[in-house]
Amino acid sequence: MPKLLKAAQAGSVESTDILIMVAPAETGAGIKIELVSPTVQQYGEQIKNVIISTLIAHGIEDATVHANDKGALNFTIEARVTTAISRALS
Amino acid sequence: MEKKLRRAMMFMPGNNPSMLQNAGIYGADTVIFDLEDAVAISEKDAARHLVHNAIKYFNYPCEVAIRINHIQTPYGVDDLKVVLAAKPDLIRLPKAESPRDIEEVDAIISEAESRYSFAPGSINMMAAVETAKGLRNAYEIATASPRMVALAIGGEDFIADLKTTRSKDGKELFVPRSQLLLAARAAGIDAIDTVFADINDEETFIAEVNLIKQLGFDGKSVINPRQVRIVHQIFTPTEKEIAQAGRVIAAYNAAIERNSGVINLDGKMIDTPMVLRAERVLAYAKSVKK
Amino acid sequence: MINAAGRIIPDQITGVAQVRPYAGPFATIPTGRMVGPKIRVNKPRSEKIVKSIEQAIEAAGLKDGMTISFHHHFRNGDYVLNLVVAAIAKKGIKGLTLAPSSLNDINEAIIPFIEQGVITAIETSGGRGKLGRLMTSGKLAKPAVIRSHGGRARAIEAGDLKLDVAFIGAPCCDSYGNMNGINGRSACGSMGYAMVDAAYAEKVVAITDNLVPYPAYPISIPQTQVDFIVVLDSIGDSQGIASGALRISRDPRELLIAEYAAGVIEHSGYFKEGWSLQLGSGGASLAAAKFIKEKMLAQGIAASFGVGGITAPFVDMLEQGLIKTIFDVQDFDLPSIESLKNNPNHLEMSASYYANPHSGGPIVNNLDVVILSATEVDVDFNVNVITDSNGVIMGASGGHSDTAAGANLAIVVAPLLRGRLPMVLDKVNTIVTPGETVDVIVTERGIAVNPRRTDLTENFKGIGLPVMSIHDLQRLAYDMAGKPEPIAVSDEVVAVIEYRDGTIIDVVRKPL
Repeated sequence: MPKLLKAAQAGSVESTDILIMVAPAETGAGIKIELVSPTVQQYGEQIKNVIISTLIAHGIEDATVHANDKGALNFTIEARVTTAISRALS
Repeated sequence: MEKKLRRAMMFMPGNNPSMLQNAGIYGADTVIFDLEDAVAISEKDAARHLVHNAIKYFNYPCEVAIRINHIQTPYGVDDLKVVLAAKPDLIRLPKAESPRDIEEVDAIISEAESRYSFAPGSINMMAAVETAKGLRNAYEIATASPRMVALAIGGEDFIADLKTTRSKDGKELFVPRSQLLLAARAAGIDAIDTVFADINDEETFIAEVNLIKQLGFDGKSVINPRQVRIVHQIFTPTEKEIAQAGRVIAAYNAAIERNSGVINLDGKMIDTPMVLRAERVLAYAKSVKK
Repeated sequence: MINAAGRIIPDQITGVAQVRPYAGPFATIPTGRMVGPKIRVNKPRSEKIVKSIEQAIEAAGLKDGMTISFHHHFRNGDYVLNLVVAAIAKKGIKGLTLAPSSLNDINEAIIPFIEQGVITAIETSGGRGKLGRLMTSGKLAKPAVIRSHGGRARAIEAGDLKLDVAFIGAPCCDSYGNMNGINGRSACGSMGYAMVDAAYAEKVVAITDNLVPYPAYPISIPQTQVDFIVVLDSIGDSQGIASGALRISRDPRELLIAEYAAGVIEHSGYFKEGWSLQLGSGGASLAAAKFIKEKMLAQGIAASFGVGGITAPFVDMLEQGLIKTIFDVQDFDLPSIESLKNNPNHLEMSASYYANPHSGGPIVNNLDVVILSATEVDVDFNVNVITDSNGVIMGASGGHSDTAAGANLAIVVAPLLRGRLPMVLDKVNTIVTPGETVDVIVTERGIAVNPRRTDLTENFKGIGLPVMSIHDLQRLAYDMAGKPEPIAVSDEVVAVIEYRDGTIIDVVRKPL
């Protein structure tokens, strides 16, 4: 099972992007997400679900995630999480 | 199979979510997601993931191309590794100088097609010639792989390589353009002209599009949606041309049916080039009506 | 009660004498008589000029609980409203109703005076930024009343909105109160919104930084309506009043929307010699001018008149003879002000002439085409321009519902997604313009025609425009963004959205 080695970030705070910061967490700690978004009422749960499912798809089960959303769609959120993970793994 | 039109091939920066999600709405025949010049070195990885996801999530109504970094840079192979999984229609290779560049990319694509169970040969390639050396090898580049569907000329780099500057009427590009076109035509593939950078200078842009159309180019690389509209307008045949092309094809079909060797229209003989030209006109016309 | 737009309206609302539900765009028939100020007299050789705003406030007899009005032509360069409210606060007057034709960001400076109770109620066209948030907070003594420009003119003329003192910023004024907006360093162009206030307020105070020898002319507001004059060093910041020429957007998505909107107009059946139009000042709406102009030139068609909110691209069409006359209620940039000053075919009009529905007929009734923007629309074609996606007031009603009701063809332009937010919802958060007055919605991915307009649907067949049902348009948005969860609001009503006829079309409830 891959483990995050360090904190890493991907994305930006430009409109329709999202800045994802991932950091390692202790085994068993699970995934903790702190989300800032202008659409937290409308899409907060959906955004968190995309972040979680992307982490899990990469085998990451423990992580702290800070997400600063600027109206990103799922394809962007997933891509930014993927990039952040790959940066945190190397 | 119907000929695929490539009148406007529109570059979109590969690391810009907003441009990627809207890339399909401007009517460009091809969108090119750029991983090369439009992406900073530090963001190459991010752009790959984003472009991969854009192609996976959106059903673009046009041909989807990706400009990868040159295969000899540290990024080119990684680009292919990530983006091929999303099955783009076309890979555009910058600064092609020898058939070897093409063969190398071809092999990586073939491997990916087999790994992801895509139909063999379903991902096309095109190459941009941006140096004098590349132009000398243009025909070999164009024929280095059956995946090759187009040659493009990359003007800015080419002009630097020629040690000159760009003029309004582009006289310094006249020979390179013509040579590239000849190579593409000899290889039986499309010829695509270079970008025009000043999006606010519509007048010069229009003149340039008229020029390259007259030279025989199939289309032009563009950098802004506003240029798409202009390229399409210029490449759109007039009503008169469309009507005439329709009559040529009808006469041709009638002659085939009659098994007649000689085809006449309005007292003039119709030969094969005329039929081919008429087919091209109708293909352009059809894509406009769409 | 549920009104004709399907909205639940409380039976009683603080500050609203009688809650009349919206019944349809033209269902409510007015009764009664128009009002007017008490008859006044000013003898020969009387002096109207007073030394300060404070003196004017005293002379006008302003007292606790009264209503004061302003006009918003100075936009983000307005000093008048802020100076007057500060002066009122200094005098210890409290409990006023603030009734400007609209509020600008610069007016945020009065927020402390609202918190101190100098102003306890607001009736206007809308609010942005901090003022919008304040209006949404429930801190006012009663819900804010939001009116369209035509609705405000109607309310004033009908006596629903009784103005005690109107303070009018005058870019050019003489010693007896004749004024216009086209001369002076604070020139704003048309004074259309102020004209109604001047005609109906009990007392009228002109505030100028450009006192000219008698008589000032041309006369936008006449001396017969003016009681006092205050001369200040500066009544506004010219940079904020009018920008340089508003330019047409270069945003490709806005241009695409504009191109589709122009296509809609071209094939609507209204695009012929002598047609008439209004364009908004928003990006896509303004950009439509570029494409409409191309089509008018190509087909040799000229418009008989244009209405607005005037901008440089509109003036350009006037000067090229593509529009024969402009009726101007407000100017957005310097070329528009210059045009109003110099071009005899560019006419100033009052807000009442523009849009008051309860009159002999406002000019919006004569409009063929209007292009409007929106923050949200819904599948019933209702439009919201007042609250943002979180239910906070951040826009103004303006002439939106007035022109939609009046014009033969009301086109709403908006991007299908703003950030992640779909523009087409099941129900807009707040209705400003009812769907039955909206004909076509244009986005960059599709165009929806109101099912009531079968004639338009017929006209748009086979012309290459991406026409689809409003539900398909919504699906396109949801496919990209997902379906949004509704926002949570409380029961507390913080603002009332009055339709132009004085009925209540919706209320804004305080978001949780």
